[in-house]
Amino acid sequence: MVAQSVFFYLFAAIILFSAVRVVTSNNVVHAALYLVAVLAAVAAEYVLLAAEFVAATQILVYIGAIIVLFLFGIMLTRAKLGSDQDLTHSHWALSAATALLMFGVMGYALVDQFHWTATPMPADTRLVSVAGSNSATVSDSVFTAYLVPFEVVSVLLLAAVVGAIVLARKD
Amino acid sequence: MDDLFLNQFLLLGAMLFCIGVYGVLARRNAVLVLMSIELILNAVNINLIAFGAFWGSIAGSVFALFVIAIAAAEVGVGLAIVLLIYRNRRSVALDDVAEMKG
Repeated sequence: MVAQSVFFYLFAAIILFSAVRVVTSNNVVHAALYLVAVLAAVAAEYVLLAAEFVAATQILVYIGAIIVLFLFGIMLTRAKLGSDQDLTHSHWALSAATALLMFGVMGYALVDQFHWTATPMPADTRLVSVAGSNSATVSDSVFTAYLVPFEVVSVLLLAAVVGAIVLARKD
Repeated sequence: MDDLFLNQFLLLGAMLFCIGVYGVLARRNAVLVLMSIELILNAVNINLIAFGAFWGSIAGSVFALFVIAIAAAEVGVGLAIVLLIYRNRRSVALDDVAEMKG
């Protein structure tokens, strides 16, 4: 196996283990910290796919900002710090069956449709051939082809900030 | 990347998505449900980036960036709503919020 495969399976194992802990942990703060592990390992998978700008954004926005928001949310809602058995429904087995059924259908469809086709773009040649990094290509296309969606997202973020302040403010 | 297969990433995304779905269905705490939604969004992002690399297109990365921005907005508003629920009822258990149940 080449190093890329080794690291793919290493990070995939980290993602799956930590994601299961996020949804099964009895401690809210532990769940948030396992979410950090999931997000960091997903960023590593982006690097494997030669999307280093998205990986950097993932770390800055998700781990830097969203996790802090979650920790604030946990503390402001005075969640029980420590073990809490009341975080999961009594009908969790039904939810697990639903999720497994969904994975069965999706997994069958994916294996049936895509077989095991190699991703045709070799990462190292691509980084050289595009004459610049993935970051340069992303910024070029964000400010040309995707300019209107980009501006719409800016307005959406502004609206979300104003909305969050209006909702959470004590009046 | 000759060694990496598209299906590896798609199956990883599908597993992460289903774990997130389980979290949304099985958790009672509103903050934990929001965390599970983040798992689902990350699964979608893995798919977008994998298809972007597969077709040699930058559109996957750009859409993943948009998804990350929307996720940030969603968490901001979602946590504000959770905070409001907590302020009104001293609890964030989702079973207690059933006024609109038919």
